[in-house]
Amino acid sequence: MIKTQNELSIARNEAVKILGSYDCRILVCSGTGCIATGSNKIYEIFADLVRETPGVTLEFAPHDAKEHEELVGVKKTGCQGCCELGPLVRIQKGERVVQYVKVQPDDCKTIFEKSVLGDEIIESLLYHKAGEAFVRPDEIPFIAKQTRMVLENCGHFDSESLDEYIAAGGFKALEKAMFEMSRDDVIEEIDKSGLRGRGGGGFPAGRKWKQVASQKEPVRYVVCNGDEGDPGAFMDGSVMEGDPYKLIEGMMIAAYAVRAENGYIYVRAEYPMSVSRLKLAIKTLEERGLLGDNIMGTDFNFHMHINRGAGAFVCGEGSALTASIEGNRGFPRVKPPRTVEHGLFDKPTVLNNVETYANVPKIIEMGADWYRTIGTENSSGCKTFSLTGAIENTGLIEVPMGTTLREVIFDIGGGMKNGAEFKAVQIGGPSGACLTKEHLDMPLDFDTLKKVGAMVGSGGLVVMDESTCMVEVARFFMNFTQNESCGKCVPCREGTKRMLEILERIVAGEGRDGDIELLLELAETISATALCGLGKSAPSPVVSTIKNFRHEYEAHIYEKRCPAGACQKLKRFYIDPELCKGCSKCARQCPVGAISGKIKEPFSIDLEKCIRCGSCISACPFGAIKEG
Amino acid sequence: MSSSFDFTVVDQVLSANNNSSQYIIAILQDIQEHYRYLPREIVPYLSEKLGMSEAKIYSIATFYENFSFEPKGKYVIKVCDGTACHVRHSTPVLEALWKELGLSKEKHTTDDLMFTVETVSCLGACGLAPTMMVNEQVYAAMTPEKVLAVLEELRGRG
Repeated sequence: MIKTQNELSIARNEAVKILGSYDCRILVCSGTGCIATGSNKIYEIFADLVRETPGVTLEFAPHDAKEHEELVGVKKTGCQGCCELGPLVRIQKGERVVQYVKVQPDDCKTIFEKSVLGDEIIESLLYHKAGEAFVRPDEIPFIAKQTRMVLENCGHFDSESLDEYIAAGGFKALEKAMFEMSRDDVIEEIDKSGLRGRGGGGFPAGRKWKQVASQKEPVRYVVCNGDEGDPGAFMDGSVMEGDPYKLIEGMMIAAYAVRAENGYIYVRAEYPMSVSRLKLAIKTLEERGLLGDNIMGTDFNFHMHINRGAGAFVCGEGSALTASIEGNRGFPRVKPPRTVEHGLFDKPTVLNNVETYANVPKIIEMGADWYRTIGTENSSGCKTFSLTGAIENTGLIEVPMGTTLREVIFDIGGGMKNGAEFKAVQIGGPSGACLTKEHLDMPLDFDTLKKVGAMVGSGGLVVMDESTCMVEVARFFMNFTQNESCGKCVPCREGTKRMLEILERIVAGEGRDGDIELLLELAETISATALCGLGKSAPSPVVSTIKNFRHEYEAHIYEKRCPAGACQKLKRFYIDPELCKGCSKCARQCPVGAISGKIKEPFSIDLEKCIRCGSCISACPFGAIKEG
Repeated sequence: MSSSFDFTVVDQVLSANNNSSQYIIAILQDIQEHYRYLPREIVPYLSEKLGMSEAKIYSIATFYENFSFEPKGKYVIKVCDGTACHVRHSTPVLEALWKELGLSKEKHTTDDLMFTVETVSCLGACGLAPTMMVNEQVYAAMTPEKVLAVLEELRGRG
């Protein structure tokens, strides 16, 4: 039990000692991505290997440790980053770290014998790029070019172990806040750091805390928005499952600062692992005395609760989220009054997202001045992004605010997959925008993005190549928002439906003159009149694609042609007369009799009859049938 | 109220959630976890026990997409159709599942109650798109061929 400040430092010394006594640690990535590629199995195999080998022990036992020759730990870590190279395994011996990629069950024994018991490096399991092999994880370009602050612990230790978190300096920030700073000092420090909400809008966190602290009502709440619903974003999920204690420490500091006694984390339903790791972390902290009443012997009481979402995207909106925690339908409400005055259970509430809270311990520990040296003038600190789509290295990244898109996509992401041409990047999910080549050198920060009609949003970056149709992307997002519209206000409920209908018509080749103007008019009205952020930003993907790719809309509407060749209903098939030998195989295959011609002469397709099923393409032995 | 319905599970769930209407979402989740759907019999029962109207319970159960009054299959397959999966061709994966199981946009569950196929907006494993989730296990980098192999394996498990 940790009941005093002194007991925390005893626990920390003990944990550091235990950590230091490992001869080797096998760090198996247990992020959602690697688990999907089988890392749990890899973990089990390593654990068995350690157990079965004489003279090697898995768990640290203070009394008989000396009798063993080797102490080898097998740990499940948070996301190590490069999800596409999973399952990822790190072999750590003191300062020496070897990163193995795409580790298969059959490789485990070799790794164990050569790299754990021996000191060999297995060349074939290293990450290779352009003929070069990389040994250390921090040498891999994907990781070397990042600045990992929120994610600093992910991949380095057991994400389920409180002791390892404490050994790595965990709870130092809380200790400093509680014993060296007044509540006002803490708020002042966060305010000075310039930390802005990482969930989308970028509202200064310190100002929020200050407003809650100044309310007359004595009962306050601290709420964490872990309802990361944007498709293509998984940063917050990675923090919740990879470093749950850091998130909780951040929330505890907030609670201490604003005198809240209860905290809630709202986690989306699709993240079962985040829920289980957070629950375990809370249970451990309660058992060890770091959560509950009179924390470390002071008058600070704090209790944590987890709420699972039930599949409503709109619950990512503040007032809808609090309504959902209260046991109501997740409807947003008219603001003001704002959440800081009347939030959860109608009490003053600090509501920040996962990444925002995860920034807090570092700021308190290192100070606001240090924090401000990272990032840009008005957007300090780092930002996590999930990098996905048609890119060489997908995964979870963290870079200082102000890094350019080019650095993210080409330096860290390794450029386009299969050497394709970069076309656009979608940022900020359904509330965000599609940016193009001309935006590549633009710094990624709150204000610059806002200027071009985009937003940092939650931080999903989906990279698209020439084969992606931008009208179809707009339709995809509108379909998403339309599905998720809660139905409370008319502009969002009806407006998104009309916009979706128009977009569906356009991609089906039934676009009409005036559709683009009508879309823009609807967009303006919805943005101006919808009740909540979901509705207000719903038209963004459409507006930004019209702005940057108007010619694609026009090609669909006026020429009935999809420049990317992606829209099924606009596909045009033709027979290349140079390649056609006149064998008639395609004509016999065509279900609607659209192909005709004379044997041994080039055939042709009647586009009026053609239903674009593509069966002629597979029938042709000469590859003479083309799409265009 | 149906007299044959056994409310033991519901009672356990209620007491685990302090018999409080504030936890209605968690209560419905726990009940659904047990039955794989929400049997209609529970609504009047919960209404009485929690002191909230049946209309309110229905309003919550129908608002959130995760709740279903229709029985679901033993294996609930959620195919991700988030942005990252969409641009990496998740639609053929979904269509392969529909075709193999005789399901469609309208029909989600097989008649033998083995499989339910749904789409979901993001599973948080975008780095490995396209993905899908069977109950709570995530499958990465799916293709129409791989998905049929997964079905085969699940059928083998029974």
